[in-house]
Amino acid sequence: MSAVWRSPRARVIVGTGIAAVVLFVLAPSVLSSFRLNLLAKFLCLAMVAVGIGLAWGRGGMLVLGQGVFFGLGGYMMAMHLKLEDAGPGGVPDFMTLYGDGVVPGWWEPFRDPVFTLVAIVVLPTVLAALLGLAVFTRRVRGAYFAILSQALAAAFAILLIGQQKVTGGTNGLNGFRSFFGFDLADPVNKKMLYFIAAGTLLVMVLLARLLMRSRYGELLVAVRDQENRVRFLGYNPAVVKAAAFAVAACFASIGGALFTPIVGIISPADVGVVPSIVFLVGVAIGGRATLLGPVLGAVAVSWAESSLSESFPSFWTYFQGALFIVVVAFLPQGIATLGQVRLRRRVRAQEEESPDEGTPEPPPDEAAAAPGTGEPSTSGRTA
Amino acid sequence: MSEQTPPTPAALLGEGQLDPDALEAVLAAPDARFRHDYLEIRGLRVSFDGFVAVDGVDLTVTQGDLRFLIGPNGAGKTTIVDAITGLAAATGSVRFGGVDLLGKPSHRVARAGVGRTFQTASVFDELSVLQNLDIAAGASRRAHTLLRRRSGIPANVEAAMETVGLAHLRDVAAGVLAHGQKQWLEIGMLLVQDARLLLLDEPVAGMSQAEREETGLLLQRIGAQRTVVVVEHDMEFLRSFASSVTVLHQGRVLSEGTVAQVQADPRVVEVYLGTASTPATTAGPTTTAGPTTKEA
Repeated sequence: MSAVWRSPRARVIVGTGIAAVVLFVLAPSVLSSFRLNLLAKFLCLAMVAVGIGLAWGRGGMLVLGQGVFFGLGGYMMAMHLKLEDAGPGGVPDFMTLYGDGVVPGWWEPFRDPVFTLVAIVVLPTVLAALLGLAVFTRRVRGAYFAILSQALAAAFAILLIGQQKVTGGTNGLNGFRSFFGFDLADPVNKKMLYFIAAGTLLVMVLLARLLMRSRYGELLVAVRDQENRVRFLGYNPAVVKAAAFAVAACFASIGGALFTPIVGIISPADVGVVPSIVFLVGVAIGGRATLLGPVLGAVAVSWAESSLSESFPSFWTYFQGALFIVVVAFLPQGIATLGQVRLRRRVRAQEEESPDEGTPEPPPDEAAAAPGTGEPSTSGRTA
Repeated sequence: MSEQTPPTPAALLGEGQLDPDALEAVLAAPDARFRHDYLEIRGLRVSFDGFVAVDGVDLTVTQGDLRFLIGPNGAGKTTIVDAITGLAAATGSVRFGGVDLLGKPSHRVARAGVGRTFQTASVFDELSVLQNLDIAAGASRRAHTLLRRRSGIPANVEAAMETVGLAHLRDVAAGVLAHGQKQWLEIGMLLVQDARLLLLDEPVAGMSQAEREETGLLLQRIGAQRTVVVVEHDMEFLRSFASSVTVLHQGRVLSEGTVAQVQADPRVVEVYLGTASTPATTAGPTTTAGPTTKEA
């Protein structure tokens, strides 16, 4: 068994198998349809987390504005569902309520289901790629990039609120009756949505794994740790980072698109600054640079949120804050790295037995007078 | 693959040995490729907010030369390397192999065949030795190659790994390597990157005497084929391995020639004697000015 576990290929197959059994067999048979629908919602949030794990954990980009891409996907799906409910040539209910009862031109293409699905995947990806290229070429990074992406999320939410006639404003878009022809009130179709979300998430995790283990994945880590060094090897780090950012945006958009029919509403409250930060919390707690850390972290935190706030409505925020502080203080790389941290501590304990920080540059006189003595033992040891 | 035991410092001790034979495999390319390579710097000027760090430097380094840049702290040695590689904005002209380098972004300079190292070894700590070298070898890879896993080890990567004596540490994270081994890894990365102009910033800092010897011989062999510029403070090392020396002082070229010529130059002696009284200056000055006490 342990030999099987050591082979990477076997690990993927076994891991995927376990995940599939849990998601497709265990969860539907154990959970009530209400809980299953909740889990489906968490899986959508976990999709965003997979992307954040790639962009932030592997690429070092602190993406504080994933709500934008989540919202783009969610709203595009919502637009289609509203138009579908309205029937061919029909006008969504809220438009007659708040607006002049005319469907704006940029809504029209979303009547087509194929166009909608393609747009959900392509539009945020292209947008993120262009934005990423522009920003990373100008070497905006670290906190500045985080602030920029956060500001984008804030602006996006404000824009949505301001355009009530075409976006539903603060209420967002809601009251969907069907999903590509399937009645959303039917529990069987709700279950189908859960299965779609579970399958999508599984594919995303496998894709992320593929990316992480590819040469590109190694390059991304190199860019994160030594951007300049990568540059002097002949790569353009902006392209490398923009690619990861685009993939993260794509995952977030798909997560948002599935979130909309599962939850039944998408509103500015789901896409603004606060949800963008909450996306990150789960990833940080789970372990941003690991494959499964972000997914499990996001699901666990959302699950804890909904069950804790059921019993102690005002307590959750404090608990979340405390959890975040504890993890960042004691396990900066997340809970998934617990094992690694212990191993590293052991290695470090051994290292500390050897002499401390040797002098890379020996004092001038010594180096000139006796370069051959004294030096070798220390320089060989220090890393 | 199976001997990937957790690397302890003890396991890394004293195992680094450069392998000059493997270098021949890396340098197997016909020398004709490098015949027209030379670095030509004219009127290079770099200023930071009014402070002129490099002031009208002319420098020509031909292929087959092993040029050392020396000078007191603040002479502009590293700044010149930064200007060549696009890290510092500069005026004047820098040409290598017929290509204008000034004004190009750093990654394009690198693609023109220019490789550099930094004063502090900057390897990718979390990646293994093999991954470090593989990334260095891959700037021209297409997207579909990048998106796949590495299948097998490219021949030049394997040869470079042996050249810099790290083949037995291939799966070890670069971050746990000893200081000298990191420096060697950097040289290995320049080799697989196929740099035709190598700019090395203090490549032997922190190395033991034996390691310096090995590194010097390695650089000599590389320098016989390619264009190599070394910024170095260690005069012992310079005397042993430099084929020519440029002395910089306050952003200008003070003297140029062979080691003997430069050492005999009264201006060089004066500059170094002037700074030698302050103990804060580096190892080199004291010995340049004084008589050669030790020969390697």
